[in-house]
Amino acid sequence: MTNQNLIKYIYGIADNALILGQRISELCGHGPTLETDIAMTNIALDLLGQTRSYYQYIAELSKEDITEDDVAFLRKEREYLNVLLVEQPNTDFAHVITRQYFFDEFHFRFLEQLQESQNVNLQAIAKKSIKEVAYHRQFSRDWVKRLGDGTEVSHEKIQLAVSNLWPYTNELFMTTNDDVAAINSNHGIDVSGLKNDYFNQVAEVLNEATLKIPDLDFFQKGGKKGIHTEHMGFILSDLQYMQRTYPNMKW
Amino acid sequence: MKKNWPLWEVFVRSKNGLEHRHFGSLHAADADMALKNARDVYTRRSEGVSIWVVESKNIKASNPEHNGEMFEPAADKAYRHPTFYDLPDDVEHM
Repeated sequence: MTNQNLIKYIYGIADNALILGQRISELCGHGPTLETDIAMTNIALDLLGQTRSYYQYIAELSKEDITEDDVAFLRKEREYLNVLLVEQPNTDFAHVITRQYFFDEFHFRFLEQLQESQNVNLQAIAKKSIKEVAYHRQFSRDWVKRLGDGTEVSHEKIQLAVSNLWPYTNELFMTTNDDVAAINSNHGIDVSGLKNDYFNQVAEVLNEATLKIPDLDFFQKGGKKGIHTEHMGFILSDLQYMQRTYPNMKW
Repeated sequence: MKKNWPLWEVFVRSKNGLEHRHFGSLHAADADMALKNARDVYTRRSEGVSIWVVESKNIKASNPEHNGEMFEPAADKAYRHPTFYDLPDDVEHM
């Protein structure tokens, strides 16, 4: 494994947390109730905190003289390696919760394994993050059940969200060339091994929430290779605005 | 107002505290949600290690109009405070 492999492998992890964190941050002050608003903002902050740890490590690994801010704010769209799921819009609360749940169920399993990584930095980040993510999963799982098994309207809305977001689940378990290099050197973990358990668990929760699993065999992919949906550019223009407009600006 | 979730009172025990103290109130559909909301709203700066929630309607409160007969009679009973005893020198930490 080269240094470049490892950096790109870490981007594949960290960019998910950055973009999902950014997406949820958009909701700050707009949550359906004060309590859920604060809860979602807490989750966004957790994710951005995790992102910082990964990016600081990337800056350390890089041969160039860069900081975590350069990594977060100054890359081009094709250089972000997050999955398509996390960039999907905040259509409504049902979509926000479903996107979160689909990601959390993956994220928890992923971090569980990453704790076993031979890479001590990744291992340490995973150990710190997994408690946060255990709570995220509890929160989103709970809301999937509440909305699914709630009123007629809430059921209809979250069923639509499940149908719309389902095609983005499969990409979570795909591996890139950099992933393979990281796995072979025991730094990375093989996400394809998490797939069966993930879909079994999701099926169980959706079933309890009286929701139907879409009957689909076509799945979206591309994010892990830097090929994003049309939403990504808008996210980045928001995210990068300050650094692009006032280069090297500091708080 | 009918469409609002019911109100809950939140009690939090801090790391060094021995008892749960009233922290505030919030809205939630049921006890589970109230507990999660309390965690998110009141313990995000490490304020606590234990949370109790109770639906506000289950609290019976004294009526402020009755404060006269409820509380004023105690005001001139200074002898109810244990301040009229000479403490032996050997008793420490009093």
